[in-house]
Amino acid sequence: MGIIVNGTDVALPDDPRVSLLDLLRERLRLSGTKKGCDQGACGACTVLVDGQRILSCLALAVQYEGRSVTTIEGLGDEGALHPLQQAFIEHDGFQCGYCTPGQICSAVGMIEELRRGVPSHVTADLAATAIPHSRDELRERMSGNLCRCGAHNGIMDAIAETYGAETHAEAAE
Amino acid sequence: MTPFSYVRAADADAAVRHSGVDAKYLGGGTNLVDLMRETIERPGTLVDVTGLSAEITETDGGGLLIGAAVRNTALAEHGLVRRRYPMLARAIVAGASPQIRNMATVAGNILQRTRCAYFYDRAGSRCNKREPGQGCDAIDGFNRMHAILGASPACVATHPSDMCVALAALDATVHLSGADGERRLPFADLHRLPGDEPDRDTVLQPGDLITAVELPPLPIAARSTYRKVRDRSSYAFALVSVAAALSVENGTVTDVRLALGGVAHKPWRASKAEQALCGQPATEATFRAAAAAELAAAEPLRDNAFKVELAQRTMVAVLGELAEVEVLGGGA
Repeated sequence: MGIIVNGTDVALPDDPRVSLLDLLRERLRLSGTKKGCDQGACGACTVLVDGQRILSCLALAVQYEGRSVTTIEGLGDEGALHPLQQAFIEHDGFQCGYCTPGQICSAVGMIEELRRGVPSHVTADLAATAIPHSRDELRERMSGNLCRCGAHNGIMDAIAETYGAETHAEAAE
Repeated sequence: MTPFSYVRAADADAAVRHSGVDAKYLGGGTNLVDLMRETIERPGTLVDVTGLSAEITETDGGGLLIGAAVRNTALAEHGLVRRRYPMLARAIVAGASPQIRNMATVAGNILQRTRCAYFYDRAGSRCNKREPGQGCDAIDGFNRMHAILGASPACVATHPSDMCVALAALDATVHLSGADGERRLPFADLHRLPGDEPDRDTVLQPGDLITAVELPPLPIAARSTYRKVRDRSSYAFALVSVAAALSVENGTVTDVRLALGGVAHKPWRASKAEQALCGQPATEATFRAAAAAELAAAEPLRDNAFKVELAQRTMVAVLGELAEVEVLGGGA
């Protein structure tokens, strides 16, 4: 068994030193996932594994045998963008674009954590079953993704428009 | 990265069997893979132990048994952790980033290594933790992040974990498996002070494997919290942190658990402060005296003297919050 990347079964590397990030970029030529710091500090390499966001630079590919990896290439395509990709365009959620795939994969994983009720550093009530999709929550939960162009406000606008609205809808019910 | 062989262990016995002199256990990899890339760690074999127990189960007395492979996120989101040990959930979500918490395991978090920049700088700095006997460039270097308690002339590094500060306060026990079978160790006795062997972070022997962490039933912990002071509001290591649980009856402190992070080579259980608090009125004066008692032995370095006051104020602020007593001019 190999690793399932965007729905396709691919072989594990023979060398256990190969990171999941290098497997994606260098061997599978899926260059959407970016190498920023390569030491777990920037979030540019964020991908989804079985729906959970992780850092592919700190992941040895051999550890992910049988797991399902989704990269930015698996989220959307030209002419069929993921809603979050479209929102990033509309809200200027990037300038150079290097951190963008990681930001988007991270946000997709983030919203599942929020819906599941995973607490964050800014969650006031740990006992609450529903956590508000507030700006503070979204910002804290995206703090593992750095943007050196400083597009964070646009990024937050894009995420809030795509996912924040559901809170208001829920609150109104 | 130095070449290594990789094996996946089906259970604890298999993991211990695979462990050899140059083997390392691999959890989520968030620290070890980085250290291997920097060639600070150069294991010949990696034994992947993420297949070990990732269960959180309630023990007979109302405590929790946490499998070594439980991911940090899973521990922080667990309902019983949030209700019975809120300081632990708070400590975990104060650490690292969500992506890293999704990867990192409980045992890996415990055994992560210091982030002392001189320890990491293999090319340009001397470090007794990395190369015993080499010397320490942190002692006379940029040591703003370094230890103020329990350090030695050989090492002034701090333990970086937030989660461990809570485990130290919660009287946790570590379940171990090793060449001589299974045994248990109080969490407080796991990490070492540096002394003249700073290369040894813990008392574990080669091959020893953490299989679980047990939290005792601890009603006082239901009223507990964790406060972390850092240079930015998220995704940064602690300058100082405080894990605290407090019980107050009729204005008197009846029980307390207190531990500090960012101040020492190990998660620092503040026993002196605990003794100074018990039986005393829950007032700011008591909190200040207790904090001062704990920090009396502090030996700051060139750049980190601020931590001595910061640690005390943070302790006072947290105790005030738990006791619902106004402290520090109400600005805490």
